[in-house]
Amino acid sequence: MNPAASIEVRVGDNTGNRQFLVFSLGEEEYAIDILKVQEIRDYDHVTRISNAPDFIKGVANLRGVIVPIVDLRIKFRMENAAYDTNTVVIVVNIGKRVVGVVVDRVSDVMTLAPEQMKPAPEFGVGLPLAYIQGLGDLGGRMLILVDIEKLLTSREMALVDETGESRAA
Amino acid sequence: MDVSEFHESFFEEAGELLDGMETQLLALDLAHPDPEQLNAIFRAAHSIKGGAGTFGFEALQRTTHLLENLLDAARRGELTLRRDLVDIFLETKDMLDDQLDAYRQGQTPDPEALERICAVLQRLAKEEIDAAGAAKAEAEPAKPTARKATAKKAALAKPSKKSARKKTAPSSASGMPAYRVMLLGVNDKDRDLLIEELGRLGQIESRHSEGDCHEVVLVSSESAADIEAVMCFIVEPEQLKIEAVVAESAPDAEAPAPESMPEPEPVAKAPAPVEVEAVVAATPAVDAKSAARPASTHGESSLRVPVNKVDHIINLVGELIITQSMLNQAVGKLNASVHANLVAGINLLERNARDLQEAVMSVRMVPMDNVFSRFPRLVRDLAAKLDKDVELVTGGRSTELDKSLTEQIVDPLTHLVRNSLDHGIEHPDEREVAGKPRTGTLTLSAEHQGGNIVIEVSDDGAGLNRAKILAKARERGMNVSDAMSDEDVWQLIFAPGFSTAAQVSNVSGRGVGMDVVKRNIEGMGGHVEVVSRAGQGTTTRVVLPLTLAILDGMSVRVGRETFILPVTAVIESLQPRDQDLHGTAGGDLLLKVREDYLPIVAVHEAMGVSEACADATRAIAVVVQGRGRRYALLVDELVGQQQVVVKNLETNYRKVPGVSAATIMGDGSVALILDVNDLCQIAASQKENGVFADNVFVDDRLRHASHRSSSRHESRSIH
Repeated sequence: MNPAASIEVRVGDNTGNRQFLVFSLGEEEYAIDILKVQEIRDYDHVTRISNAPDFIKGVANLRGVIVPIVDLRIKFRMENAAYDTNTVVIVVNIGKRVVGVVVDRVSDVMTLAPEQMKPAPEFGVGLPLAYIQGLGDLGGRMLILVDIEKLLTSREMALVDETGESRAA
Repeated sequence: MDVSEFHESFFEEAGELLDGMETQLLALDLAHPDPEQLNAIFRAAHSIKGGAGTFGFEALQRTTHLLENLLDAARRGELTLRRDLVDIFLETKDMLDDQLDAYRQGQTPDPEALERICAVLQRLAKEEIDAAGAAKAEAEPAKPTARKATAKKAALAKPSKKSARKKTAPSSASGMPAYRVMLLGVNDKDRDLLIEELGRLGQIESRHSEGDCHEVVLVSSESAADIEAVMCFIVEPEQLKIEAVVAESAPDAEAPAPESMPEPEPVAKAPAPVEVEAVVAATPAVDAKSAARPASTHGESSLRVPVNKVDHIINLVGELIITQSMLNQAVGKLNASVHANLVAGINLLERNARDLQEAVMSVRMVPMDNVFSRFPRLVRDLAAKLDKDVELVTGGRSTELDKSLTEQIVDPLTHLVRNSLDHGIEHPDEREVAGKPRTGTLTLSAEHQGGNIVIEVSDDGAGLNRAKILAKARERGMNVSDAMSDEDVWQLIFAPGFSTAAQVSNVSGRGVGMDVVKRNIEGMGGHVEVVSRAGQGTTTRVVLPLTLAILDGMSVRVGRETFILPVTAVIESLQPRDQDLHGTAGGDLLLKVREDYLPIVAVHEAMGVSEACADATRAIAVVVQGRGRRYALLVDELVGQQQVVVKNLETNYRKVPGVSAATIMGDGSVALILDVNDLCQIAASQKENGVFADNVFVDDRLRHASHRSSSRHESRSIH
């Protein structure tokens, strides 16, 4: 899919409605395309990996598949990245890879109509514009629509070899 | 019926049959051919022909038919096998391979090649069988081998078989057999079509109708079975009757016993056997015997399953094991006397689950034989081309290797074998002068060595020429000196574009060889070593790790983390005593083990583990063998030894320095498998004293690693 920074309307559903999985990091609410989500599981049994950035918590066993676990709270420099009973891992499918993303809480699945999806502001959302698809307006609630694929395959996440190589080259 | 869905299984099976045929052909003792082997070869050709007929692969059918006739003659002793005949058979086999490939890709095989091979086979049939037949008719006792086989067969069948086996009575000037083809109850349109088809197969001598029965006399070089095969696409078997036109009293036996032999599945749907009346009565005894045989030769048939399905099963079984150990823990808390049944059940479950795991894991492993079996042919052809006498010896054929690796190792090995034949083994005359047997020996062997499989290609040839390699290297502007050690000199041959062959042959010497071999093998996570001695030969060792395979692992605890060491790399473990530890100027520790001083690498430092035991005397030193060097790894505790499934970290993540792969432990957690080759380099680069020049190099490597650019390839090639 085209990871455009501006808001993107998926055709296929006549109404242009899209479904998002809503989760929270600290006080903010984020949403990612539901189609990228494979499953949601508890945070446990994560094996630390040496020489990895702090937001890569390690690897975990997902039914025989070894997946890296990324803590977005640490990546976004949030305080209080605590692990409690609410802490969950959203397992996402990006390209051919499977990655677990640690978040504070998963709240619900929302359907957003095109008019509810607004372009992202130039600044003030905490993470680079490139990784934001837009803002979801739910009356009083604001959702930050994250382009999870673009975010996780970015060089900064250091999850993928290729990007590192292309930089070194 | 849409038969195209059966195509793939036919291709697979035909491919297997062809491979089997080649193996058998190569194994044939030409002076005293084993009738069983000849039968097996014949059966392979016959089965392929049957399948090809069913699916309408005409070129394949035609070629196998001609081949089958020759093989049939050979197994009946009417054709005396010679080396050049076997060569032609092998060539035909290659052609069949090509045809199979073409059909597989939905193309039509090269018609020119087809005509050529058919012409060769036809000529051969004429010359050899006719000549042999004539010679035999006149002077039977002159052919003891053939006679013996004949006598045996005749005893199995019936006395008249011998005469029945005689060539089909020639009924026309062309010397080709004639058939009476009867079409029963076929409508006019189909009939005309069929007769037109028949016209292509041979010459139609006469035709006449009688009620709804239409009779055609056809003179054709094709066998009755082939005629039937062509016709059966249009008519039902019961509508068709083919008889040989019998001249004099000799019954036709062109299409004997095999017609009723068991055939592969798709073929079984083909029409019922041809009614060649004179023969049917003669064959039951033979049939009974041949029916029993395929079962034994094809007993080791295989089921083809996509690898990802097997992987999925392996994953699921892994989950089962984990669930099972969870249950185990839960049951452990119960009162065993109250819940005796439950405890017994859980114990049984544990045993079954382990057995299941073992069985499933072994599915991926295939013996090296699958790889080695490709080489007898290669060596035979190549030796003939180069005019050398070479004997191929293989060892460790049953050594198991992961399927995907066996596929990848073929090309590099082929290259090494070619090299040995071309450059290594000398011409027989030169060998004689050097006081060696005229026949050179090429040895292919495989064995497990620790967590690795070691595959060796060695020859007893001239060995690498040190002076020549050095001269060539200088010519290419490489930085070399005469003082270089042999090992370093041998490594030069892996440089891109390096070849010392005096002239470029089509066998080797293009200089695109060894560097590709090295790259491929490193791509698989292995490495290549060369040992060579002038006049005595060269041995190339390919060492491959068993990635994707099962590993015997020793689990160790460091701090609160668990790591796995490949048991094969572990030499011994001991608790260091204070007096055996010696500090060095760089701050390194050396451990004295008996007479040796070994460098110490603390796992907690290399892997950045906190809360680990920092006092070496309270830790455990595990002496390991890295590549070419021994050193001691400091860990907190040895936990146990177990088989683990090697899981690639790079599937969803990337290469981690010091770690070769990961695995899943009994409690469902992930443990990292340490790479003992990599670890000592990391440790070395972590000593930031920079005293030694080469440390700068290693540091550079680590920096790359921390920039996530260290692919396995790089880390292996930099030293």
